Order: sequence, then structure tokens, then C-alpha cells
Amino acid sequence: MSSSPIIRLEGLEKTYDLGAIKVQALRGVSLDIEAGSYVAIMGPSGSGKSTMLNLLGCLDRPSAGAYYLGGEDVSKMDDDQLSAVRGKHLGFIFQSYNLIDQLSVIENIHVPLFYQGRDMNECFDHCVKLAELVGLGHRLHHRPKELSGGQQQRVAIARSLVNDPLMILADEPTGNLDSATGTEILNLLDKLNAEGKTIVLVTHGEEVAERAHRVLHMKDGAIDHEIHQRTLQHVVEELEHDSVEEPPAP
Amino acid sequence: MINAPAILLTVHLGIKSLLLHKLRTALTMLGIIFGVCSVIAMLAIGEGASYAAQQRIKALGSNNIIINSVKPDEDSVVGSRGRSRVSEYGLTYSDAGRLQTTLSGLQYILPMRIIRESVRFNRFNVPSQIIGTHPSYKQITGLELVRGRFLTQNDEIHIDNVCAMTISLAGQLFPFQDPLDEEVRVGTGYYRVVGLVREKSSIDKRPGAGAADSGKALDNNLYIPLSCARSRFGETLFRRSAGSFEAERVQLHRIILQMVDTDAIEPAERDIEAMLRHFHGKKDYEIIVPLQLLREAEETKRTFNVVLGSIAAISLLVGGIGIMNIMLATVTERTREIGVRRALGARKKDIITQFLVETVVLSLGGGVIGVAVGVLVPLLVSHFAKMPTIVTLWSLALSFGISGLTGIIFGLYPASRAANLSPIEALRHE
Repeated sequence: MSSSPIIRLEGLEKTYDLGAIKVQALRGVSLDIEAGSYVAIMGPSGSGKSTMLNLLGCLDRPSAGAYYLGGEDVSKMDDDQLSAVRGKHLGFIFQSYNLIDQLSVIENIHVPLFYQGRDMNECFDHCVKLAELVGLGHRLHHRPKELSGGQQQRVAIARSLVNDPLMILADEPTGNLDSATGTEILNLLDKLNAEGKTIVLVTHGEEVAERAHRVLHMKDGAIDHEIHQRTLQHVVEELEHDSVEEPPAP
Repeated sequence: MINAPAILLTVHLGIKSLLLHKLRTALTMLGIIFGVCSVIAMLAIGEGASYAAQQRIKALGSNNIIINSVKPDEDSVVGSRGRSRVSEYGLTYSDAGRLQTTLSGLQYILPMRIIRESVRFNRFNVPSQIIGTHPSYKQITGLELVRGRFLTQNDEIHIDNVCAMTISLAGQLFPFQDPLDEEVRVGTGYYRVVGLVREKSSIDKRPGAGAADSGKALDNNLYIPLSCARSRFGETLFRRSAGSFEAERVQLHRIILQMVDTDAIEPAERDIEAMLRHFHGKKDYEIIVPLQLLREAEETKRTFNVVLGSIAAISLLVGGIGIMNIMLATVTERTREIGVRRALGARKKDIITQFLVETVVLSLGGGVIGVAVGVLVPLLVSHFAKMPTIVTLWSLALSFGISGLTGIIFGLYPASRAANLSPIEALRHE
């Protein structure tokens, strides 16, 4: 299951200038992420995982190093170009859902396309299909406030898919949910990954990270160690294809 | 990519966001509503007042020069030589003669005697103005003949006891019968009514005299031939006032000069002034030039407009600051939303557009309501204060345009502040 890396980080550094002191939040991270993979980033507070997420999400620019997203160097882009990259190639899922209150479910799903200059009439069917995919086909015109937390997060997932992104970035997607609902959301992510979506997830929870193929443990602004996991899906694949590939490290 | 449907969608979105806080939106709009409304109302009242003034002045005739006799201050009266106080002043028949023969560019000259006296018929008694004048009065003042005829040259030559009267006077004297050919008594003489007329504008209703009180009494005019007025009333007029007794000797109370065109007015005015100053020992006359009054009225109107403009500017400024204040609060409140939108691909430009559209919708909404109320207020003023008002189209366009502009100007700062938030900070905002 190898393909060209969808993300390549080369010596990525980020330094925050706080006036008197300079804080180095990332100290030269190099990393490849293959298309279709499911990566979890873990680490204690201050380990640099938020900075990592911001850089991966093109919300911030690195102080040094290069970041290739889909073969394109985004580390030197200006603000407008970064906005365009986010709008076209990235999907975001946040801990607190971050839906826009005054918009209905279907309108919330449509937001990223709106900023691509595509109006609702043109992509209504597409948005409806995604709402149905996350099981909210019957709630199209509800406001976020009228939905439960789990339902809101489902809308957010549909929204993250609407622009057919290269990668979905999820920041603690189950942090605000009870465990049953959290599991449902994680199952949904699993399903998306199984359909070929690349997912990068930042989390504290071991049981959340367990679902990923790769778990990157960060410490002091660098990747401390990495664990490749055999997931159920891999096992099934191996059994089906009687794979001769070298299995991922235990 | 901001194209037409996207703007429409943004407007739609803006309205939605504003409707989320209805009370706040309404209160914010109030500033603009009052601003726009006051601009329109004030302009309408000002326009109405100046229009009325200009109409009155125009009715005096823009080609005319009016000379009035004015009683000089008591101290400077010279003619009272010990006799019971008879004051002698004013324009004379010789003044009229001199003006007629010497003034260049003169078309008509109209001497007038104006006597305050009661007109009686049967038991009716109406205080009126008796105006002794020439037949050309009708042409020069634009008098409208309602019935019968006006005075003629024959009446003047024969010193006939005939009169014409305004219909308002006729209405009071003859409530039950036809006034024509009836005889009314003025002082000791009887005059046969030959015509009914309507005044276009009384000279005494000059601007500044106050629109309300100049009304009815001054419209009670009775016109008799000048020769009649001279021979029947004599030169000395007596007036009883509060127990004392006063007599004045005035030959002519007013002379109206009609010039051939407006260019002749200024030189003529200088000549008249020089001539009168030479023959009159004291300043017992005044010269009124309606054209000058008209120019002054226009000047006043301009000043008035500047004052109104300043008031309008201030009230809209206050409204604009109100909008800015609320929008800044809104930006803070919606920081998270801004972060989300930025993360989902909105450029700074898109955020600016979004917030700018909201302020413009807010201020234009206020503008629309303000225009509606602003049109209503002058109607109410006209109805209750009996003042003329004119709502001009340009004042609507102006105030509406300014309200939109206010929205843009005062929306720019909050919008740019929203756009320049760092997306990361904005997303982290609680």
C-alpha cells in the first residue's frame, strides 16, 4: 500500500518570538505521510503538537524548512494563497465542532465551497449527499443549536469532506463527546479512511489513537518515536490478499 | 472570487446575522434613522419656508421698486411747531412727479395713499385699508379681477365715488347680498362698489413680517381713485389711540415704480436715493427692492442649508459611531466564527466583505426607515404647524446615499480588524 507521499515535511521549524525570549516550538521535523493513511499525533502539552497541527493545516507559516502538500511547497505562500490551499485541499474537524450558528446544516456544509466561488444551487446535491453520508439527511434545515453534540460533529465531518480534500485534519474530534457518541464518530472516521481519505488526528486519548495506522509521539518540538499499528483493517487486507508485504512493525 | 450571486448570498447572510440580535440591530439602526429623518425633515421645512418667502417676494414683482413713507423717530420731527402734534412726513406728489419725469428705464409709476379706516355697510363695520391709487395698480401688482371692473381713468378724472374691494372684505360686509352697485360708507363719504378683486400678494406681507399674523386684516382692502382719496380725506389724517390724539400729514404712503427690466433696477435705485435725500430733510422713506430681497432670501437659504448640513453631518456621525461601536462588539463576539471561516478557506478580503456588507445593510436599512419617517414628519409639520414643507427628491437621495456611505466608512475599521485576526488566535478564542 505504498503511494507518493501526500505530505512531506523537511526540517520544519517554528520559533515564536515573544519579545524577550524566543520559543522554539518545532525543532526540525521531517515526515512523510502517504495518501490514504491514518495518522495520530500524540504528546503532552507543550510538546509542539498544536504548532504541528497549525502548520499542517496551513494556518501558520514555518520559520524554516519546507512543507509539500500534494507536491506543492506551501511554506512560502502568502496569506491569500494559504486561504486558497485550505479551501481546496484541507478539511478541518475541531474539538468544539465550530459550526456557524446562523447557518443551517446544509449551509454549514457548503461554507468551504462558498469561498471557492461556487454557489449553493450548483452544489446542493453534493452537500445533501454528504449530509446523508453522515446520517443527517433528515436534518438539512436545522440550526446547529438544535442538534446534539454528536450530530454537530457529524455536520463538521460532512463539511470537512465537501471540497474533497487531500487530507482531513481532526483536532481532538471526540474531546467534547461522551464515549458512546465518540465511538460513533471514530467509526465514521474509520469508514472514511477505508474509503481512501487521508486523516491526521491530534489527540490525548490512547483509545482514539489506537484506530490510526501510525502514531507519532511528540516531545519537546520533535517526533520522539513513532508506532506503526496493525489495525483490523490491515489484518483483513493481509488475509484477503495473502499479502507478502512486510507487515507494519508491531 | 466575489461575483454577483456571492454578494447576494453575503447580503442574505448579513441579514441573517443581524436578525440573530433583533433588538441590538434595531437600536443600532435608530441612530441612522434619526439622522436621515432629521436631514429630510429639516431640508423639507427649510425648503418650504424659503419657497414661500420667495413666492411672496416674486409676487411683489421682480422688476419693481417700492418706496414707502416711514414716520421718522419722534425726536427728529421738525414740523410740530407748537401746534397740536401734527407730524408731517413722507413722499409727496412732487416726488412722484419728479420720479416720473427724470427716472430712466421707468415703465409705470404708481402712487398710493393708504388710509386705515372702517368700512361700513348697514350694521356691518369692518376695519380695512383704504387704498387710493391709479387704475394701473391692477397690472403692476397682478391684481385678479373676480367680478365687475377695476378703477378706470375716468373715475380718476371725475373724482367719482366708486370703489373696488377684495372678496374677503366683501364677504364680511355683504354676507347675504350682492355687493355690486351697493354703496358702502367710509368716514363721511359713500362709495359705490364697482368690482371685486383678489390680491395676489400684499406688499405688507413681506418676509419677516411673520406668516401667521399678516393674514386676514390686511386682505381687507378697498380701492378708490387717488383723486378721491386726496379730496375726500384731505392731507391730514387723524388717528385716535388710547385716549391721545394724533394727526399726521402724509401726501403719499407708497410709490411703486415698475422698471422696463431688471438691469434698470440698480441704477434707478441709486438715482431715487439721491433724489429723495436731496428733497427730504429727514429720512422719512424706505426703498424696497424685491429683487434684492430675493437675492438675500437665496443667500439666507444657502446659509440655512450649511447649518442643516452641519447638523445632518453631526447626527449621521453619531449614528455612524453607534454602528462602529456595535460592529466592534460583534467582531469580538464572533471571533471564533471568523477563525472558522478563515480555516475553511476565507481570505481576508472575504471577511472584510462579510462585515462591510453587514454594516451597509444595517445603515441602508436605517436609511430606508429614516427616509420613510423623514417624509412623514414634514407632512405632520404641514398639518399641525401650518408651515409649508417641500420634500425634494435630491434630499431623499442625498440622505440615503450618506447613510450608505456612513455604513462603509464606519464599517471599514471593524471589518479590517476582523480580517486581520490571526486564524489560530481566532479559533482558540472562547
